[in-house]
Amino acid sequence: MQLAVWTYEGPPHVGAMRVATAMEGVHFVLHAPQGDTYADLLFTMIERRGKRPPVTYTTFQARDLGKDTAELLQAAIREATERFAPEALLVGASCTAELIQDDPAGLAEALDLACPVIPLELPSYQRKEAWGTAETFYRMVRHLADRSLRPAPREGRRPLVNLLGPCALGFRHRDDVAEVRRLLDVLGIDVHCVAPLGARPADLVRIGVADFNIVLYPETGEPAAQWLSREFGQPVVRTVPIGVGATREFIAEVAALAGVDPAPALADAGSRLPWWSRSVDSTYLTGKRVFIFGDATHAIAAARMAAEELGFTVCGLGCYNREFAREMRAAAARHGVEPLITDDHLAVEDAIRAASPELVLGTQMERHIAKRFGIPCAVISSPVHVQDFPARHSPQMGFEGANVIFDTWIHPLVMGLEEHLLTMFRDDFEFSDAAGPSHLHGGVATPAAHPAPQDEPAEALAGAIADALTIEVPATDTAAVTWTADAERELRKIPFFVRGKARRNTEGFAVLQGRREIDLATLYDAKAYYAQ
Amino acid sequence: MTGDIGLAPPRSAPGCATPAPEVLRERGQREVFCGLTGIIWLHRKIQDAFFLVVGSRTCAHLLQSAAGVMIFAEPRFATAIIEERDLAGMADCQDELDRIVRQLLDRRPDIRTLFLVGSCPSEVIKLDLGKAAQRLDVALGGRTRVLNYSGSGIETTFTEGEDACLATLVPEMPAAAADAAPSLVIVGALPDIVEDQFLRLFAELGIPVAGCLPARTVANLPAIGPQTRFLLAQPFLGDTCRALEDRGAKRLDALFPFGAEGTTDWLLAAALSFGIDRMHFNAVVAPGRERAKRAIAHRHERLAGKRITFLPDSQLEVPLARFLSNELDMIPVEVGTPYLHRDLTARELALLPAGTRISEGQHLDRQLDRVRADRPDLTVCGLGLANPLEAEGLSTKWAIELVFSPIHGFEQAGDLADLFARPLRRRDLLKV
Repeated sequence: MQLAVWTYEGPPHVGAMRVATAMEGVHFVLHAPQGDTYADLLFTMIERRGKRPPVTYTTFQARDLGKDTAELLQAAIREATERFAPEALLVGASCTAELIQDDPAGLAEALDLACPVIPLELPSYQRKEAWGTAETFYRMVRHLADRSLRPAPREGRRPLVNLLGPCALGFRHRDDVAEVRRLLDVLGIDVHCVAPLGARPADLVRIGVADFNIVLYPETGEPAAQWLSREFGQPVVRTVPIGVGATREFIAEVAALAGVDPAPALADAGSRLPWWSRSVDSTYLTGKRVFIFGDATHAIAAARMAAEELGFTVCGLGCYNREFAREMRAAAARHGVEPLITDDHLAVEDAIRAASPELVLGTQMERHIAKRFGIPCAVISSPVHVQDFPARHSPQMGFEGANVIFDTWIHPLVMGLEEHLLTMFRDDFEFSDAAGPSHLHGGVATPAAHPAPQDEPAEALAGAIADALTIEVPATDTAAVTWTADAERELRKIPFFVRGKARRNTEGFAVLQGRREIDLATLYDAKAYYAQ
Repeated sequence: MTGDIGLAPPRSAPGCATPAPEVLRERGQREVFCGLTGIIWLHRKIQDAFFLVVGSRTCAHLLQSAAGVMIFAEPRFATAIIEERDLAGMADCQDELDRIVRQLLDRRPDIRTLFLVGSCPSEVIKLDLGKAAQRLDVALGGRTRVLNYSGSGIETTFTEGEDACLATLVPEMPAAAADAAPSLVIVGALPDIVEDQFLRLFAELGIPVAGCLPARTVANLPAIGPQTRFLLAQPFLGDTCRALEDRGAKRLDALFPFGAEGTTDWLLAAALSFGIDRMHFNAVVAPGRERAKRAIAHRHERLAGKRITFLPDSQLEVPLARFLSNELDMIPVEVGTPYLHRDLTARELALLPAGTRISEGQHLDRQLDRVRADRPDLTVCGLGLANPLEAEGLSTKWAIELVFSPIHGFEQAGDLADLFARPLRRRDLLKV
């Protein structure tokens, strides 16, 4: 057993869901107990999809275990294929169903369905989410690809490529695809198929007609690319175009394979990072110690950018996916640091503490570790939360991706400088701890009513400040109103981020009503009053 | 104010109640959380407890998805992830569990109660967590109490995890002295601010309250005995209710304390049971009740006449539909619940308008077909369905918020109404 609070990756069946959800015309029947549907909300909430993931769960319960869960699975498959009429069906088992050992593959086969059925083996107690994604995509390609297809002769047509790896819940996959498509278009190369993201099973059938494959994300696309290389002889481009240098290499490699001139793409005027980084305002970035952790692909790319394109010093480098340990070790050696390969966030926390960096680049988890240590941080890799599936165009790849990354990484440092200045001025009489946040509330603070600010998270202060700025102060003098001990205690139970507003509103209400004292009734009368 | 503060429906003798409504029972895919999710709010409430789930990576992933950012505040829950070697018998699960618990207690020596929480995988491999809890309890020599319950999806749905946890705590409640005076216990985890409001009201009424289940620390569980009467603050506490009754305590039948009417009825059930003078009751309850009515009235215009469907989630659906229908004149179309405790909700059901479609259990696709055919003004559903339904042009209110927000009692009645009014107000506001 392994003790875990946080996991960098979900179970492998979530990976399978990421492929099914990315594609069109695919349905996935997952043999799983009641409750496993929680994973739907990753897609509907974090990625903000407006459609349910194409997944049917068998949702067996305890009372089914004595009976025939196999029959339940067959019924679910039959119903799902009738209702959704998929062009291809995936069947698999989640961790609990793996234990009860129904055979999804055999059971699905016995139903003799009209569409192709691709059974998935997802060893939940050994493997994880990214493996499940890569395996599912590989199984689909292997099962569906028409092995008789080959590229047409090159005369009189533009080169044709597949982009492999982008999928649902991928960090910036949507915009990376757009960016890489744009680069390829400038080079005069056509995209035959982007998969899994947006592809249909029919696209996978015809995947063999492309001249070569580009693996955008090795974590999800590499096994399929390897198989295509063996089966169809399609060459593979493995350079991941994150960063200006990597993008230039990517363009050169792709152009060479396609036999086209790289110059138009290399000349792209959209590449602003080189000048931004050379401008004197960036001088203070020199030698800043940066700690980098994430999936191997993003972490390795980030390390190169940090060192070569922003002039940082890489003081720590690691990844949570052991599948890429070899690549990670090689990259760490290039930067002269010990590689950190672990899926234990506590080990990452210890490493960050030991390295004492000035900037952390990582996942959502490192963002929180850095926040606790008070270190500036930017997110470079999954797992990420809802804010890292932005509405605006925000690729990581290509020249525009490098622009985005420059802004994203530098922003918290500028913020860090501001933070530093604020702390410097903290002992000014206006900001003094002893004065408490009283200037925010229009009354004199007493220690009992206002615990010293250092007892509260920094956000409390920030929240209170935000309140003070946004809430209209009643024009009347509220200093004449006093709070009873009861009411004051009650007020403390209100979350800090709205407490200031509640205090202000209540005092305004009391003045309005001509009440001198705020007791519990006044507090709640005011609440009812403002509820209008 | 004239006359007594109202009660509805009349507290008639059992048997003469309105006939039980037809309930549509369905089986199929269920889009619900498992009982592990209860940990997210239980660990905030029970401050000296730690919840250790024994399960798979999926369980850990669920907790972190449900807990959102709370996961980083050094939470008092974690997962012991079962691995291949545990299943292959290469490691003895009981030994492994001992190792994990010791590792955990080394890191968190402040933990006084440890819940070993069962999951689907641990139930299916028949890992005896009851035995493990007993053994560890002895081994830790009273330093940390070790208890066990199941939050697995195969056995529990969402809030039933709280039921399972509280039922485990009932045997831990000290026995009241044989000659103790009657006292009241409030059952069901409530936000502290709500709990305090209720305790104040009972104090003003002159009703002796022994405490709450769960208490804020396991060390402070209220005493219980045949003199104990209890009020359920939540409708999903069937097993806890039975466990309390097994120890001789008596449940006071009441509406659940949502809205002005529900809260009044809930308080009145206790007042009647403790022989509180009716005039005194009226005097104590009137200010809060009036405030609640005023706050609710602000939302009446927007909600009255609007049709609402609840998909099954927490078992709060029936009482909430009653509140919305009786106090805001909304029209319940379908009220789905994962499980219907007929005895606990009999009074609630009797107050739903005739013709309300009550459904228990779920066949998701068929239920969604009904939602699309009904086209209610508002659909209460989980986060996995909310955005997809919005994309189809149906306004939704996501259900989990009803479990995490303070919604019980007089002072929250306006907030509760607003939770339903806000999505409709937003829909009208947006011009894009």
